[in-house]
Amino acid sequence: MSTSLENAIVEVCASVGNEPSRLMDVAREIQARFGCVSAEAIDGIHTHLGVSRPTARSLVSFYSFLSEKPKGRVVIRLCDDPVDRLFGHDRVLKAFSDELGIPVGGTTTDGAFSLERTACIGMSDHAPAALVNETPVTDLSTDKAREIVAELRAHMSPDRLVKKLGDGNNGHPLVRSMVENHIRKAGPIVLTEHHHGEATRKAAAMSPTEVIRSVKAARLRGRGGAGFPTGIKWEMARAAPGPRKFLVCNADEGEPGTFKDRVLLTEFPDRVFAGMTIAGYAIGAREGILYLRAEYAYLRRFLEDVLAQRRAEGLLGKSIAARHSFDFDIRIQMGAGAYVCGEESALLNSCEGLRGDPRNRPPFPAQKGYLGCPTIVNNVETLACVARILDAGPATFSEYGTKQSAGSKLLSISGDVGMAGVYEVPFGVTLRDVLTMADSRETQAVQIGGPSGRMVGPSEFDRTICYDDLATGGAMAVFGPDRNPIEIARLYMEFFEDESCGFCTPCRVGNGLLRRGLDKVLAGRGEPSDLVQFEEVARTMKATSRCGLGQTSFNPVLTTLASFRPLFDSLVKEDPKKFRRSFDLEASTREAARIRTGGAR
Amino acid sequence: MSEGPRFTLDGREIPLVPGQTVIEAADAAGIYIPRLCHKPGLEPFGSCRVCTVKANGRSVAACTYPASPGMIVESDTEEVNAHRKLLLEMLFVEGNHFCMSCEKSGNCELQALGYRFAIAAPQLEFQFPVRDVDASHPDILIDHNRCILCSRCVRASRDLDKKEVFGFVGRGPHKRIAVSSGTRLRDTDADVTDQALDVCPVGALLRKRVGFAVPVGQRLYDKVPIGGAPVVPEAPVAEEGRA
Ligand SMILES: Cc1cc2nc3c(=O)[nH]c(=O)nc-3n(C[C@H](O)[C@H](O)[C@H](O)COP(=O)(O)O)c2cc1C
Ligand code: SF4
Ligand code: SF4
Ligand code: FES
Ligand code: FES
Repeated sequence: MSTSLENAIVEVCASVGNEPSRLMDVAREIQARFGCVSAEAIDGIHTHLGVSRPTARSLVSFYSFLSEKPKGRVVIRLCDDPVDRLFGHDRVLKAFSDELGIPVGGTTTDGAFSLERTACIGMSDHAPAALVNETPVTDLSTDKAREIVAELRAHMSPDRLVKKLGDGNNGHPLVRSMVENHIRKAGPIVLTEHHHGEATRKAAAMSPTEVIRSVKAARLRGRGGAGFPTGIKWEMARAAPGPRKFLVCNADEGEPGTFKDRVLLTEFPDRVFAGMTIAGYAIGAREGILYLRAEYAYLRRFLEDVLAQRRAEGLLGKSIAARHSFDFDIRIQMGAGAYVCGEESALLNSCEGLRGDPRNRPPFPAQKGYLGCPTIVNNVETLACVARILDAGPATFSEYGTKQSAGSKLLSISGDVGMAGVYEVPFGVTLRDVLTMADSRETQAVQIGGPSGRMVGPSEFDRTICYDDLATGGAMAVFGPDRNPIEIARLYMEFFEDESCGFCTPCRVGNGLLRRGLDKVLAGRGEPSDLVQFEEVARTMKATSRCGLGQTSFNPVLTTLASFRPLFDSLVKEDPKKFRRSFDLEASTREAARIRTGGAR
Repeated sequence: MSEGPRFTLDGREIPLVPGQTVIEAADAAGIYIPRLCHKPGLEPFGSCRVCTVKANGRSVAACTYPASPGMIVESDTEEVNAHRKLLLEMLFVEGNHFCMSCEKSGNCELQALGYRFAIAAPQLEFQFPVRDVDASHPDILIDHNRCILCSRCVRASRDLDKKEVFGFVGRGPHKRIAVSSGTRLRDTDADVTDQALDVCPVGALLRKRVGFAVPVGQRLYDKVPIGGAPVVPEAPVAEEGRA
């Protein structure tokens, strides 16, 4: 092993206290410095961090932002989200590819550039967008792609691509990003002014049980998707035995088309950290972790600075708000590119330096979570709500929204609308009203709640956004009349196929089956029996998948099928001779022909 | 019958020892729940989902779900078996299983379950993936075409042999078994006496030169169907030559 690599490994391992569960941080740092975590590096990590080689290799091969093979010094990752795909992604990708002279997935021979496609980077309001190393570049066109490459060739510094700073804290010296917040509608709960430090101080004046009672009185439910009542979840962790407990904020925000947590972390990080501190106090945790997706690494230094300020102000650290024994601190754990890590038990594995495979339940994280200790995982927005509840009182919160769904919801709206961005709406608002707000003219379909949610057509636009009707983690992708809903569903299935952790059979195989089934239908080779098979596969995925990914990921197919049945029916037909229409004689004999003529694959 | 905690499995009351999983309690009571990744003696894993049952109305994996007193478990029902059959089909089409030319035929748990669930030919489309074979080791062979990613070899090597010869790499459809050091099996400390070589349910991890020691026709599942009495008394498709 080269001495520079060995020295770096020793240094990086020491920086995490030679703690094996911090493998993720070590691997990320080695990747950043050497462009890969090579087999050699894995040997070194094995020696110095004491992690087995299979564990280390497994981690490196799992995450999109880590690789065993060398990547270029500058990696351009173009967001592959369906919204981006419909907004000129292909042309931009081709421009990058032509300009760099490499295919997607390739690296230039001088080792300067790599070009990749990556799952939604949380910039659908800026589509098409890309990450250049950690720097987001937004609203791309073919011309911009060419300019970016030319500029990078000259200076190789992604941060110098930022010419015009975005609004608000996007312009903060520690962020310096071109991203815009696109806050289109602020409500009275989350996207509003607040008294700095007030929520934490009020919590400190109460007992932990009183804090939980307050959150229950506000009827707060989780904003991350599942909608579990927050207070009840906290009670379970509070009651769980154990000297050490953890509070984790889930900032993985990977559901395609969601970007509201990005905006919260940019503009209201104080409120999120206050929520974490209060939640930690309520459940009896002294340690908090912000799990920040790799795509948002550009916010990291800024967030560290906010944490440092809170420590200086006595809002974090020991004896918070001067209350003896109210101790709580937060560290930031970076992800490395894997949507499934938003699933709370996968997230905990990821925090422990493992592959992001979800865990078996029971035990639930509230009983046995991070490092085997009782752990609560809450979404960014949930925690921002917590701060508001403590600051303004539970009544202010629960008066907004509906009885079953109290408070407001942040929506990330993108696609064929005049005003893509973040909207804070009261629960109970109709989809139609939201579409009007976002200036959508002719809408054919809306994918609501992200791809694992529902694809709805105009007949359902009078339904309401709330936990008992159209439940949503916040994503809303809007599609106009020229879009093909089946093509959109196919793009979402491709996403799930790539992002399945691969642990269990139904999800690992099922998503690909459905994607190929839609390919077949789109190619005009589908049969009515294929549509029946979609339903069978979906039923088995739902019943037998190990985590929420496989239990819902067939929804783009099923809900598109339900909303756009005539379109499917017009594309599938029975073969008059009962032959399989998908059988392609030429493709099937190509291999034989190749062998016969001795040609290459 | 002894006193103590019990639960109901397909209408029968069976005892449980606290800490047992549903499949362990069922095995102890002599009731077969189909399974592939589970193997007594290895830590539960829960990846194949063939052992799915309904516990108090919720689908769970019997091999990882704890048995609890009074719970009502449904296993051998039309609905649950339909899921199992589709999962088996998924495993068949995901890899390349040409049973007629496979030396594990007759001893293969996947094949035997295919018979049990009367899978004449999968209704799902074959994926025919391009996968490789690692025959680098003098005594051992890995045929990735037949691997069902059950992790039995991973667990056995780690926990019984104390070696960690195998691990998983990749995500989603790209997930596969890899060896711990170097790139091929011969670069590792795998040995022909490893217990990991005894656990593969299919013909993926094999000892060389012993494949036909027992002739076809006289093998494990040639005599007794997997799990005892099969769902369908006559396996209907033996001559068709497909999985
Ligand atoms: C595949 C998958 C991805 C998820 N991604 C996220 C995510 O990015 N952010 C999030 O807060 N919750 C996500 N969740 C939900 C979490 O598992 C968990 O329910 C949530 O973080 C709990 O927080 P809450 O109670 O505050 O909503 C995801 C769930 C699944 C199954
Ligand atoms: S459903 Fe299964 S394969 Fe899919 S992400 Fe969850 S555990 Fe992994
Ligand atoms: S080689 Fe065999 S034991 Fe190992 S994971 Fe594959 S199928 Fe399972
Ligand atoms: S035997 Fe239970 S999941 Fe495989
Ligand atoms: S018979 Fe060979 S893999 Fe099943």
